[in-house]
Amino acid sequence: MKRPIRIVMAKAGLDGHDRGVKVVARALRDAGMEVIYTGVHQTPEQVVETALQEDADAIGLSLLSGAHNYLFPRVAELMKHKGMDDVLLFGGGIIPEDDIEGLRKHGVERIFQPGASLEEITAYVREAVAKRRGQPA
Amino acid sequence: MIAAAESLLAAARKGDTRSIARLLTIVENDEPGSADILRALYPETGRARIVGVTGPPGGGKSTLVSRLAAAYRSIYDRVAIVAVDPSSPFTGGAILGDRIRMRDRFLDEGVFIRSMASRGHAGGLARATMRIVNVLDALGTGLVIVETVGVGQEEVAVVRVADTVCLVTVPGLGDDIQAIKAGVLEIADVLVVNKADTPGADDAARDLAQMLSLGHGRTEWKPPILRTSAQDGSGIDELVRAIDAHATWARSSGELEERRAGAAREEVEALLRDALVKRLESRIGSARVSDAVKRVATRELDPYRAVDELLDT
Repeated sequence: MKRPIRIVMAKAGLDGHDRGVKVVARALRDAGMEVIYTGVHQTPEQVVETALQEDADAIGLSLLSGAHNYLFPRVAELMKHKGMDDVLLFGGGIIPEDDIEGLRKHGVERIFQPGASLEEITAYVREAVAKRRGQPA
Repeated sequence: MIAAAESLLAAARKGDTRSIARLLTIVENDEPGSADILRALYPETGRARIVGVTGPPGGGKSTLVSRLAAAYRSIYDRVAIVAVDPSSPFTGGAILGDRIRMRDRFLDEGVFIRSMASRGHAGGLARATMRIVNVLDALGTGLVIVETVGVGQEEVAVVRVADTVCLVTVPGLGDDIQAIKAGVLEIADVLVVNKADTPGADDAARDLAQMLSLGHGRTEWKPPILRTSAQDGSGIDELVRAIDAHATWARSSGELEERRAGAAREEVEALLRDALVKRLESRIGSARVSDAVKRVATRELDPYRAVDELLDT
């Protein structure tokens, strides 16, 4: 049996706007993935521990609060510390163009800004996870 | 055993979270090495206590499970939660959201939480739930709490996995309480009226008591009816005591042994069925099956005859 993609979708920090992340979670579910949704106000430690226990292929962080330059690197740092080099970290939300390159250097592979389509996001997750698993997409 | 599985197993035995999580994935998906892992661990299973929590959707199961895990952590160094949510029948995808209510446990190193999608398996659990529980058991978990999908009337698989089954219902379900009286109610060892701070809790408890008084139980165990509010934690200590009382009774009365024998039989029979089907499929070949299906669809052949023909040669 083909192993379904398991993905943790989380909202970190003091950000209670969860409409967007729920829409994306639903789209990923409809694409056949198993989406572990943690709810709002997670600490980076909680997000990473969840991904660890759930053996997730990917972590998707949604951030609309402006704290992305702290929270994303912190999640990436904790992942590295736990040896989760093969787990994909990506995100989305209100994140200025100027910050994206910096986040990428911290290991956030991709940031989806407002206007990104659900097809684009699901296709990206599928391909990026396949690449990490060493499978053809 | 393949080398990768062997080194994972060694690390998991030392308590490495990542390795435990990986082992569970391999076993859940029946990946190469899965049977070897289960074979290696089986002699060490049967030590953990297993508590099942079932009930209708939205009754507060996850919140209650989180409270139970916290309470049992004062007794056991390691507690695990296996929480099952439904898969989409169309896409196979799933939103696993039980963790939302368990966030207070996320950073307790003694609590391991694993979400599972039902993947089309009927009965309220996933096909691999028992195997996941076995792995956690063998790796030194003291108590495993298994949370089913939100159930209706017939999802009773949890009784094959758990030593003690808690059925969680809530006030105000009205006729729905009647609806769960068969099947699901019969497997309950402990009945819980959750959200007991909301109106109607007394009625709900009375309805349950009345229902129990109508029939004879399968054993001499009388399921107690407890009131809890998982949200604020009231009634949890009493619930833990009720679960423990059932566990003590189950051990001394032979019920536990009987249940575990039933579970073992079911597991062996399921594996046997899978193996037989696989063996027969390879002998018959999919081409002949498709051919027979086509002839049945055009009414050239009846399905009973088709099966006879496929099996005979």
